[in-house]
Amino acid sequence: MSGGAKLDVRVAEVVKVNDLITRFRFVARDGGLLPAFSGGAHTVVEMDDHGTRRLNPYSLMSDPEDRTGYEISVRRDDAGRGGSLFMHRHVRPDMDMVLSHPVNLFPLDNRARKHLFIAGGIGITPFIAMMHQLARFGGRFELHYAARNPALCAYGDRLKAAHGDRVHLYHDELGEVLPLAALLARQPLGTHLYCCGPKGMLNWVRGTAAAAGWPDHAVHFEEFTAPGTGAPFTVDLASSGKTITVGATQSLLEAMEAAGVDAPYLCRGGACGQCETDVIRCDGKIDHRDHWLSPEDMAAGRKIMPCVSRFEGRALVIDR
Amino acid sequence: MTKTDFPPSIRSRPVYGELEPRAGSFHLIVADGEGAEAVADLFAKAADAPAMRLKSHILYTAGPNGTDQWDRIEALGAAQAQKAASIPTLLFRLARVLQDMQMGSQIYLAGTEGLIGQAERDIMAFGFPHADIQKEHRGSTVRRVQCVHCKGITENVRTDPFQCSHCGLHLFVRDHYSRRLAAFQGVNIDAEDRGQIPPAVERFR
Amino acid sequence: MSLDVAYAFDEFFRDETFVDDFTYRNSPAGIRRFPFPFDRDDYMYSVNMEPHVPGRKGSVFEKTFDVDEHYVSEMRDRARVLAKDPLRCQSLPHMTLAGWDLLELIMESKAREYPQWFSLEKNGNRWRWINRPLGIDQSFTFLDETTLPYGPMEYITRQTQGDFTLQDEREGTLWVDAGMVTTQADWSLDFDIGMNFHEWHAPVPLAHEKGIFDRALKFLLKLQHGAPVRRFNWTMTVNPLLDTAPETYPEWGYMRTTLNQENMGHMMHLRVELQALFRLPRSNAIAFSIRAYLGKFEELVTVPKWGRRLHRVVRDIHPDLAAYKGFLRNRDAMAEWLSRYDDGAPTSPGWWPED
Repeated sequence: MSGGAKLDVRVAEVVKVNDLITRFRFVARDGGLLPAFSGGAHTVVEMDDHGTRRLNPYSLMSDPEDRTGYEISVRRDDAGRGGSLFMHRHVRPDMDMVLSHPVNLFPLDNRARKHLFIAGGIGITPFIAMMHQLARFGGRFELHYAARNPALCAYGDRLKAAHGDRVHLYHDELGEVLPLAALLARQPLGTHLYCCGPKGMLNWVRGTAAAAGWPDHAVHFEEFTAPGTGAPFTVDLASSGKTITVGATQSLLEAMEAAGVDAPYLCRGGACGQCETDVIRCDGKIDHRDHWLSPEDMAAGRKIMPCVSRFEGRALVIDR
Repeated sequence: MTKTDFPPSIRSRPVYGELEPRAGSFHLIVADGEGAEAVADLFAKAADAPAMRLKSHILYTAGPNGTDQWDRIEALGAAQAQKAASIPTLLFRLARVLQDMQMGSQIYLAGTEGLIGQAERDIMAFGFPHADIQKEHRGSTVRRVQCVHCKGITENVRTDPFQCSHCGLHLFVRDHYSRRLAAFQGVNIDAEDRGQIPPAVERFR
Repeated sequence: MSLDVAYAFDEFFRDETFVDDFTYRNSPAGIRRFPFPFDRDDYMYSVNMEPHVPGRKGSVFEKTFDVDEHYVSEMRDRARVLAKDPLRCQSLPHMTLAGWDLLELIMESKAREYPQWFSLEKNGNRWRWINRPLGIDQSFTFLDETTLPYGPMEYITRQTQGDFTLQDEREGTLWVDAGMVTTQADWSLDFDIGMNFHEWHAPVPLAHEKGIFDRALKFLLKLQHGAPVRRFNWTMTVNPLLDTAPETYPEWGYMRTTLNQENMGHMMHLRVELQALFRLPRSNAIAFSIRAYLGKFEELVTVPKWGRRLHRVVRDIHPDLAAYKGFLRNRDAMAEWLSRYDDGAPTSPGWWPED
């Protein structure tokens, strides 16, 4: 079974956090406890958007030891494929929904002597759960969190109150700049760096850490990509003997699922590698949007990650 | 002497590369014996060797075969360089240096497997990723072997089989390697047919 | 503080030994439920994983952690091995949380599936655990190591049959960073702890070339909480030694030279490992339980299908595999003894005795 075991939940709370972000709390439908999880884990939320099945991953932000409920925060993306808009417009308290068991593709390295967190905007959410976990078990951490302005700095005040000097906030519109180079220069040996935020921030942190001589294996990124939109395209599924059309706001994986083809997945965001599929014939250009395939693999064009990547051209045949 | 070519082996057997200068706020260099040549080559490759020297700390000891190229290390002009009397002595100095080190430091190890492995073990214990430590083998290929029975470690093993320097059992030397122990594994060769010990062959020099 | 144990042998739990006088044996019912690992007449490696869901009633797959007639004696043997060599149980410092995850998994499973023997009462994080066969009644605070006589992994695995390893997931692979290993087929936890998936399997012949470990790792990395999987492995052991460790090889290795056609039936054992893998919730680690079942050749051939099939597997196995599993020197003698139980009749697919 693709995607693994499921959790039947009910929406317990919908809270508007600011103009862009809404928080949702889910509790087990049978009134029992949900599984504990590890900081950095996400859950895949299943949505029935008026006949369209959407499966979007969101980081869990509640205390991993609070088994009475899970919380996620969703940032509204007006130009997106519709998942976040569905969550904002249609999800209400008492609705029944289905979640995947928590999956962690952005785990803490528990051997670290110190954890340094860099968050941008909605990228704060996995760190909230991580800080709960580290505070409980005595781990050493420091958070540096940048947002456009205080109003959009979701949970900033709450985190400051909970963790004091270990939390540093920066507001772009007030001219406050996260002093990344200086921060990276004063971390003890054995520190691990974690970054979650917009693409520009990830690239900035990646480049600055490399230039400062940070070892690759001590630098971690939450690399989910929303699948994004694009022109419709047609794909032949060789093993299933089907030809499908992928719509403009649909991913190839979603189109396969809609056609009744059971394909493996975990993250649905181009990070975990589970949906990797062989390309049998490609007369055109694959638009690789994942973080899994190496640049060489992408150039060779013999593999595709159907959860995020798209195609333009005359014919694509894949082994699924 | 150029870098050593080891025959292809199993996935747990360490592999070594060539030291390459990388950007960093500090350069920790640990070497023994012929490893001094790899360190000299490292500085020769540096785009700005004078700047690298100013940020470098070298710890050196003679190799297990007696090779002592301390003169060569001294001549490199690193900001700090110390010669240790032995590997254990060097490791005490290393522990002290690690205490004050910060991320952004580059770490380079060069020389024999015993030195590289033990330095790597101690650096790993500080939470530094072992895969990001640069390692280049030079010089002797003698092995550091743990007797899986008595747990005793025999240094500078040259033959296979060999006799454990602690419990006296005759051990064959596997390529299976523990990074945590910085040692290859030695297993009793006559546990089944007692007393049937094949002649020792010099496999490591 | 230490574990205060009162071993309770009875009609069900056999009082038997795995060393010296080797009084271990399976009851007739125990033979019928033996997890015979060959579903066909030949053997080669495969990534033979299946969901670890409750299996046929009475079988070793019925429960999450099978408790059988050897339970009390196996726990006594584990305590004996640990007293002689405490390095058989180790946990690197970052694995304590995974140990708690494992303790929770085992206590909840056993209390749910074997209420006649185990019970768990919870009041928040204040827990009371009762293990009747071992005479244990322990109140403690979940996630507080100071309230147990051992670390959480050691505490619970001193009360659970089978070896356990805990794998940390980092850098796209699994690292064997903790374990309780006293019933192993010749591998050393003390040596292998801290290795990654490909490193600790490095000595296994043939499988790397076939890509077995690449595929197995990819499969395991997607293992999800709530969806455990299982597979078999097997080897051969002379005498019912649960503890065939490299550490003690000089003490047991010679036994391989003492086999003949007269003693083969009761001295040679098929050793089957039922391996189950669980994703753990708080630590994101993977728990690997490796439960060893020993079946004497003379016990196994009482099932005609198994006698025929075991003969064919042993006779035809690749010599590299026989060498790795440690029975190459005895392979021909084993095949000779087993040939008496193989009339050449066809065997049915699958491993169940009666099918």
